[in-house]
Order: sequence, then C-alpha cells, then structure tokens
Amino acid sequence: MTAASTPVNENEKDGTTRRDFLSLTVGAMGGLGAITFAVPLIDTMNPAADTLAMSTTEVDLKPVAVGQSIQVKWQGKPVFIRHRTPEEIKAAEDVDVSTLRDKQDDKDRVKKPEWLVLVGICTHLGCIPGGTKPTDNRGPYGGWFCPCHGSMYDTSGRIRQGPAPKNLAVPDYYFTSDTSILIGSKGKEKA
Amino acid sequence: MSLDAKKEREPFDNKVVDWIDSRLPIFTIMQKEYGVFPTPRNFNYFWNFGAIATVMLVLMIVTGIVLAMYYTPDASMAFSSVEHIMRDVNWGWMVRYMHMNGATFFFVAVYTHIFRGLYYGSYKRPRELLWIIGVVIFLLMMATAFMGYTLPWSQMGGWAATVITNLFSAIPYVGDKIVALLWGGFSVDNPTLHRFFALHYLLPFVIVGVVGIHVWALHVTGSNNPLGIDVKGPQDTLPFNPYYTAKDTFGITIFLLAYVVVTFWFPNAFAHPDHFVEFDPMKTPPHIVPEWYFLPFYAILRSFTFGVNPYVALSVLLLIGGVWHIYQKPGQISLFGCTCSLSEGDKVQRVVTLLGLAGIFMLAGYFSQFVKGDGTMLIKLPLADIILAQLTPKLCGVLAMFGSVILLAFVPWLDFHPVRSARFRPLFRVAVIALALDVVLLGYVGSQTADAIKFGVPLIYVGQVATGYYFAFFLIILPLLSWIEKALPLPQSINEAVLAEKGAH
Repeated sequence: MTAASTPVNENEKDGTTRRDFLSLTVGAMGGLGAITFAVPLIDTMNPAADTLAMSTTEVDLKPVAVGQSIQVKWQGKPVFIRHRTPEEIKAAEDVDVSTLRDKQDDKDRVKKPEWLVLVGICTHLGCIPGGTKPTDNRGPYGGWFCPCHGSMYDTSGRIRQGPAPKNLAVPDYYFTSDTSILIGSKGKEKA
Repeated sequence: MSLDAKKEREPFDNKVVDWIDSRLPIFTIMQKEYGVFPTPRNFNYFWNFGAIATVMLVLMIVTGIVLAMYYTPDASMAFSSVEHIMRDVNWGWMVRYMHMNGATFFFVAVYTHIFRGLYYGSYKRPRELLWIIGVVIFLLMMATAFMGYTLPWSQMGGWAATVITNLFSAIPYVGDKIVALLWGGFSVDNPTLHRFFALHYLLPFVIVGVVGIHVWALHVTGSNNPLGIDVKGPQDTLPFNPYYTAKDTFGITIFLLAYVVVTFWFPNAFAHPDHFVEFDPMKTPPHIVPEWYFLPFYAILRSFTFGVNPYVALSVLLLIGGVWHIYQKPGQISLFGCTCSLSEGDKVQRVVTLLGLAGIFMLAGYFSQFVKGDGTMLIKLPLADIILAQLTPKLCGVLAMFGSVILLAFVPWLDFHPVRSARFRPLFRVAVIALALDVVLLGYVGSQTADAIKFGVPLIYVGQVATGYYFAFFLIILPLLSWIEKALPLPQSINEAVLAEKGAH
C-alpha cells in the first residue's frame, strides 16, 4: 500500500500514523486486560478462606511436665512445645550468639524461659526434625535433629550444624493464661 | 475454484482417501514426512529412542486416563482410591503398574535419547532449536513426573512434595509467598493434591504439543547420524518407510519386552516401603528419596554445603573471564571498552592463568566454609563467613539443581567445535562418556542418606566431586575442547563410509 492511498494526517511527516497510535493503545489495553484477568486466576491458588479461618490453635500447657515436649498441629504444620529444664535453659542462654549462623539470643525466642514454642519444620527443606519424643535422636546440641539432610538444632531451636540456613521459626503466640497459649495470634500487647 | 485446481499432490488410487486428501492433505503429509522422508542410511540403534519415547508417552496417557476414572484427588480418599484400583478395579493392578513403571521406562528412553544427542553432537548447527525444544520437553516431563509421584498420597509422595515445593522458599524475599501459592495453604494438603492432579492431567497433552513441534523442527533440518556429517545426496539416504519404520518397530519391540518383564515380574523394583504408607504431615520418614530418575539432581542439590562467600564469587568471576577468553579469536579484541591485541600465546597464557586462579579460589571458598565433624571450622580465612547476595548453601543448591538442567539448553553454544560426532573427537568422547558415568555416580549418591559413608569416604564428598565434574564438563571442558581438540579425518560422505565399512567385513 502506498502512502497516497492512506488518509493524510499531519503526524505522518515524522513517520507515525494514527494507526500506529491505535495499535499501541489497543495492544496496551489488551495486555492490561490479560493481566487484570490473570491476577484473580493466580490468586485462586492462594490459601482459601476456610484454610485461613483455621489459623489459630489453643494449647493447654498444664499436662506438660518439666523436660517433656509435645507436638501440636497448627495450620497443618507441627508446632513443638518444650517445657525446658533449668539445664536446657542455661545451655541455650550461655551460647555466644556471635558464633551462630542465625544470630539470635535465647531471650528473643521465648516469652517465658521455661516454655519454648517452635514451628517444627526444618528451615532447609521442610522435614520435621526429631527430638520431641523422648526416644528421638536429639543430636549433639540436645535440641532437634532433622533426619532428611542432617540439620542439628540446640535447646533454643537454633541451627548449629547442617544445611539449614535459619533457626526453627517461633510462631506468633501469646499466653491466654498462665498455663495456656494461643498460637497464630500476637494477642493484645497489654495482656 | 475447484478442488483439483491447485494440484501439487499425487492423486491416491483409493477414492475415499483421495476425496479426503484433496480437502485436507493429511495423507500427502504422512507420505511426505513418514513415507518417502529421506533419512540418513547409517542410523544405529541409538536412533530408536525418539520413537520409543513417543510410544511411552502415548502409553502413559492411555493408562493415565483409565486410572483417572477411578482415582480421587482428595487428601482423605486418594490413598484408598489407589488401593481400590489395585485390589478391586478390573485389571486395575495392571494398568497402575504399567503407569508406574511406564514412567521409569519413559525416562530410560529419554535419558538415552539425550545422551545420543550429546554423544553425536545432534545439538549443533542447524539443530540448536530442535535441541532446545527437547530440553523444554524434558522440563515438562520432570514437572509431570514429580506431580504424579505425589498423587497416591503416600509418605514418600507427600514428603517429596513437601521437600520439592520448599525449594522455592530459598528464593529471597518472595520465597515463602510463592510456596503458599503452590500449596494453597500452610502446608502440603488437600488443595495441593487437587491442583497437582489437575496439572498432572494437563501437562502430558502439553508435552504432546511440544513433541509435535520437536518433530516438525526435526523434519525441517533432517536427522543427524552417527558420523555427524551432512547428507550430500540421495545416495546417503533411505526412505523412512519401510527402512526405519521397520527398524523402529524392532527397537520398540525389544524395549517393550524389557518394560513388560519389569511391569509383570518386578513391579515394585523401583518402589520403597514408604510408598505403601499413607501420608502423615506430622511425621517425616527417616529416609526420603525421589524417584531414581531425579536422584542425580537430588545429589547436586545436597552437595551444596557451602554458599557464595567472597572467595567463591571471585572464583566465578575468574571462571567467566577464562571461558570468555576461550571464545576470543587471536587478533584485536575488545576488553572493558579498550581494544587490545591478543596473540595465540597470550590467549593460552590468560586462559590457563584465569582458570587456574578460579580453581584455587573455588577451593579456598569451599574449605573456608568446611565444618569438621566436631562443629569447628577446618581453616579460617578473612571474610569467609560473609555470604553474598543471600546465596546461602540452600539457595546455591536449588539454583545448581535447576541450573544443571537449564544448562543443557546452552550446549549448542558451549560446544562450538565444528565436528559433531564423538567418533571423530577422541578427547570429547572420553569426556562425554565420563559425564554419563558421573551422572550415574551422582544418582547413586542421591539414593543414599545424607550422612552415608562408603569405604571410609563420606558420600557427600563423592557427590561434591561428581557435581564439580558435571558443571566443569559443560562450562569448561566443552568450550576448551572446542578450542584445542584436533578432530580425526572425516569421511567424504555417508555413502562412502557405509560402503567402506561393508567392504572391510
């Protein structure tokens, strides 16, 4: 098609036409529409409302004796709760924080020193470390030992050796009374 | 315009066939692409594996559709629905074992096909895109196989899903969000199973489409052959039918015989007791392994006990510099914006220096992060405990695992030697066979526990050396050999070589 057969317009002098403008805007609108449609489609894959609704778990700590550990289910994940002995607390507090891979003080990982609450998922690739049952191998640091790739955690759940990059996570929780906690909520700070 | 007006096709004797073909030239296309299609006359049995892989793909789809009619993708019922197929459904046990072992044999065929491509240089010009499409098929197969592994909702499958999806948590900042998106929850659970089933059903048909493109690209360039030299004329080729339809059928029959023997007599040869225990998200089995065909990649993942500290980073930069110099032709080269002259002697000196230093710094980077059995460091170097760009051991392992597959797509440019076939490249031949053995060794290391020790050697170190060779083969050996290797004399033509070989007997 020659230039003469298309309608003349003033912009044609610099090589652009109304058709170029229309193509660009139509393309941009189409792309915008596709993205707008893709966002909800992708978001359907995120956790659904009923899954989110089950996001807290309340635990009664009364039956857990000193030195004992329990495992509870929170958001489909295991949570370790250990009633630490004074020796375990001392071992956790005496560690020189600067030597740790994921530098964290024990007191920043607990609300009350005798209660250690951790998400029981190895920060390497998501296996569940052993160390909750009395018969489990707790590894050389007296905490938890992951059977999958050999990560070792101490009595504060901090990574000491092995491939895991981070300490076992501390979930949001608060003491609803002296002997019970609610996992999955920070609670009211004034309480 | 009548149908006969644009007549560039041969009419068919059969009236019905001709009626269809004049409206949709499907018979003409089949005749052209699979009937008279000129194919090099010197194929060996390695050239069977494309056809074999296609047969396995069809077999997997057919058995999979039957299984889907009875399978329930719900976390509370998936495990028992598979047992229902095994015990109650007519021939369910057979179809399920065919599907299970079919995956194994599909990967046997595809790995052989990939090795064939590497050994005979089938990825080289003009078949680069054909090769890359093949890598795409391989990636799709891996995704499909992984999701299928999860569906029986066994301890092994569920925990494999947990470990593999957790790989994405290594991505800085957005990793945890991506993992939640993959799971549809806070852990591998019902939504995860549902979507894995949906995708496991979809992806095979995507693979069929990409295989179609792969074959299309193949029929544009024509096949490579064991000599790796181009077809020069009709005397070098045979029509695909009956010569290669017959040869492929024979190869397929032998391959299927082996498949049937395993399916009926050793159906659980590749299974593990934890496949027969229902998934418990609260309890990790003591030893989880992926399917055998992922073991080499799993070993690469686990080999990274070290991250990128300044020494490793420097080593990688030196490596890039060294390899970059291999690609430079002596003469005027442009380096950091300035033009310098590079003689052949300079080039040798620079490549040796840069690669040598890269090796030294890699060792420094590795040993400065080496933790001894008692938890203390082997050697202390300044700055060694600084991990750059969040490239922790975990993220490095994940990147290396995915990278080891993605790397295949770059082989056409990593190997720029003009001769294709390893038959005429004695050094490359040794290196590529060593790579095959290296991958088998990695597979063995991947099948063992992380702390396994054999003959007094912790297998983790064996895996690290094998991982080193894997990457060195692609990143260093291929470019280096392309530069220095002198090929043996090539035959004049396929025809001449075939006749000479026949004459010698």
